[in-house]
Amino acid sequence: MPDLHMVVCVKVVPKSEEIRVDPETMHLIREGVRSEINPPDMNALEMALDLKDRHGGRVSLLSMGPPPFETYLQAALAMGADHVYLLSDRAFAGADTLATTYTLAQGIRKLGDVDIVFCGEESADGATGQVPSGLAEWLNVGQLTLLTNIEMDLKRGVARGHRELKGGYEILEVPLPVVVSVTTACNEPRFMDYRIKPWAFEAGRVTVWTAGDLDADENHIGFNGSPTVVSSLAEAPSRERKKQFLEGSPAEIAQLLLNVFREDLPQ
Amino acid sequence: MTVSLYNPGEEQKSILVFLEHEGGVLANVSLELLGKGREMADGLHWSLAGLLMGHQVADLAHEAIAYGADEVWLGEHPLLQFFTIEAYAHTAFQAVSDGKPSVFLLGATPNGRDLAGRLAVRLRTGLNADCSGLRIDPDSGVLVSEVSGFGGGVLALIEMRTHRPQMATVRPGVFTPSEMDRNKNGKVIEIPLVLEEDMIQTQVVEREVGSGIDLTRTPVLVAGGRGIEGDFLMLQKLADLLGGDVGATRPPVDEGHIERQRQIGQTGVVCSPEVAICCGISGAFHFVVGIEKANTVIAINSDPEAPIFDYADYCIVGDVHQIIPEIITALRSEGEIAHA
Ligand SMILES: Cc1cc2nc3c(=O)[nH]c(=O)nc-3n(C[C@H](O)[C@H](O)[C@H](O)COP(=O)(O)OP(=O)(O)OC[C@H]3O[C@@H](n4cnc5c(N)ncnc54)[C@H](O)[C@@H]3O)c2cc1C
Ligand SMILES: Cc1cc2nc3c(=O)[nH]c(=O)nc-3n(C[C@H](O)[C@H](O)[C@H](O)COP(=O)(O)OP(=O)(O)OC[C@H]3O[C@@H](n4cnc5c(N)ncnc54)[C@H](O)[C@@H]3O)c2cc1C
Repeated sequence: MPDLHMVVCVKVVPKSEEIRVDPETMHLIREGVRSEINPPDMNALEMALDLKDRHGGRVSLLSMGPPPFETYLQAALAMGADHVYLLSDRAFAGADTLATTYTLAQGIRKLGDVDIVFCGEESADGATGQVPSGLAEWLNVGQLTLLTNIEMDLKRGVARGHRELKGGYEILEVPLPVVVSVTTACNEPRFMDYRIKPWAFEAGRVTVWTAGDLDADENHIGFNGSPTVVSSLAEAPSRERKKQFLEGSPAEIAQLLLNVFREDLPQ
Repeated sequence: MTVSLYNPGEEQKSILVFLEHEGGVLANVSLELLGKGREMADGLHWSLAGLLMGHQVADLAHEAIAYGADEVWLGEHPLLQFFTIEAYAHTAFQAVSDGKPSVFLLGATPNGRDLAGRLAVRLRTGLNADCSGLRIDPDSGVLVSEVSGFGGGVLALIEMRTHRPQMATVRPGVFTPSEMDRNKNGKVIEIPLVLEEDMIQTQVVEREVGSGIDLTRTPVLVAGGRGIEGDFLMLQKLADLLGGDVGATRPPVDEGHIERQRQIGQTGVVCSPEVAICCGISGAFHFVVGIEKANTVIAINSDPEAPIFDYADYCIVGDVHQIIPEIITALRSEGEIAHA
C-alpha cells in the first residue's frame, strides 16, 4: 500500500464560557472572545500523528472558516502535520451541517487519494456531532465514530476501531477509505515542536481554497445549501438558584443538609 | 437551494420515530420520543409511526404500539441484527422514501446520531440536532426545535420550511413516555427489503453493551469531580443512603475511576433528579447542562470562588473528605433513630 494520507478536520471555536448574545440583533457577540481549536479535534490530530509515527504517511489539516483561523491552524501544523488547507469564501457563510459536510467533502475530493478522514466527536459550539457521518455519506465511504483507539491492518487495507458506547463498547472493522470521529480526551495531544514552528508559521503556509477552487455547486454551499434556518437565538436563561451558603462545622452542615433532604425528597 | 428528495407538498401528515432496542428491550429514549410524538400528533390529528429494524424483533412492534404508535414500519432481516451504518441507513432510507413522513425523530445516541447524519445527507434535508424542545406549528406544519450550543449557554430555535422530512435528534431524558396501553390498536407494516451481505462494509468484531446503568431517572444524584480524587466509594455510600445513584464529571471517567455511563453533561447524561449533590466539581458549562433540570442542587467545593456555586441552591465551602463522611454519619444515625 502506498503511504497513508490522513486528513484531520479542524474547527476553530470560541471559548464557550465567553460567548454572549446581543439581545437586540440576536447575533453572537464575538468581539473580545478568545478562540481555540475545538478540543476533540486535537485528540483527532494526535490519533493521526500517532499513526503517522507508526506507519509513515502524511497528515493534512482541513478547515472551513474565515481567514483569522489561519494562525490556529498553523499552531496545529507545528505539532507535526504536513499540509494545511483552509476553505474560505464568503459564499460558505451560514452553512448548516448539510452545507458544511458538502463543502468539506469537496475539499477532500480535491486533495485526492485520502485514506482516513479524522474528525472530533462534536464541536464545542454547534455541537451537533453530525458532521462525521454526513461527510462519510457525501464521500460514499465507511465510518467509525466515537473512537478511543484505532489500529491499522495495512495489508488488508482495513482500520479497526474501538468505539465507545454509553453502556459498553464495540470493536469494528471497516475497509479504507473511512471517516473516523474521535472522543474528547481519549489521548494526550502532543505539544508544538519548536523546531518546526518557524516553518509552520511562514507566510503562505496555509493553502486557501475558495468555492471556485473547489468546483462547488452554489446550491449546496453556505446559506443556499442549508435547509435549517435559525429563527431565534438567545442566551439560555440559567435557572435561578438560591445560592445560599451553609456555614458551620462539618457536623453542623450535615444537620442543615438533613433538613434539605427532608424537605426536598419524597419519603 | 438544495432540493430534498420530497417536498412539503408531497409529505404525509405523520411523525416517524426511530425505535432503538438492545437485548430485546426498546430504549427509553425511543419511548420518550413516542410519548412526545403522540402528544404532537394528537394536537394536529396526524399519525405516529415507529421505524423498527432488527432480527426477530416483531414483538417489540406491539410494545411500540402500546406506547403510542399507530403504525410500526418493520424492517426484519438477519443482516439487521446488529447496527451497521450501511444496513440501517439503507433500510431507513427506503422506509422514509416510501412513507414520506413530515417529521422524523431519532434519539441523540451514538447510533441515532450516526444514522441521522447519513440520512439527512442522503435525503438532502436538514437536521435539528440535540433538541431540548419540539413543537409543530399547527398552521404551517413546520417543526420548531429548540437547540442549545456553546455547552448549553446559548439557545436557538431552528426550523426548515422547504425540506422534508424535518429531521430532529433528541437526547435521552428530555421527554417522558406516555402510559402504556396494551389495548391500543395499531398496524405493523413490513418494509420490503433487499439486503445483501456485500452491501455491508462494517464488520462487528466484538461487542459489549447494556450494563443497565441509567442516570436519567435517578431521584438523587451524587456527582463527583476531580476534587474527590477517585473516592467514588464514599459517594456510593451517600447515594445508597439517599436512594440515589453516583455520577461523575468527565475527568474521573477519562482517568478510569468510574464507568462512562455515569458521566454527566454535554457529552454525557442529562439528569433530572430531585436533589443533585456536586462534590469537588468546578462547574464547567459542559458539566452544568447535565444538572440544569435538578430541583435542588447542593455543591461542596473547597474553593469559595468555584463557578459551581452559581448553579447551586446550597453552597458548602469545604473539603469533601471532611463534609461527606459527616453527612453519611448523620444520615445513618437518623436512620437508627427512625428505626428505634
Ligand atoms: C447554537 C447552535 C446550534 C446549531 N444547531 C444546528 C442544528 O441543529 N442543525 C444544523 O444543521 N446546524 C446547526 N448549527 C450549525 C452548525 O454548528 C454548523 O453547521 C457547523 O458548521 C457544523 O456543525 P457542528 O459545529 O455542530 O459540527 P460537529 O458535527 O459537532 O463537529 C464534529 C467534527 O466535525 C469537524 N468539523 C465541524 N465543522 C468543521 C469546520 N467548519 N471545519 C473543519 N472541520 C469541521 C470537526 O472535526 C468537529 O470536531 C448550530 C450552530 C449553533 C451555534
Ligand atoms: C467538547 C467537550 C465536551 C465535554 N463534555 C463534558 C461532559 O459531558 N461532562 C463533564 O463533566 N465535562 C465535560 N467536558 C469537560 C469540562 O469542560 C470540564 O473540564 C470538566 O467538567 C471539569 O471537571 P471537574 O469539575 O471534575 O474538574 P476541575 O475543573 O478540575 O474541578 C475540580 C474542582 O474540585 C475542587 N476541589 C479540589 N479538591 C477538593 C476537595 N478536597 N474538596 C472539595 N473540592 C475540591 C476544586 O476547587 C475544583 O473546583 C467537556 C469538554 C469539552 C471540550
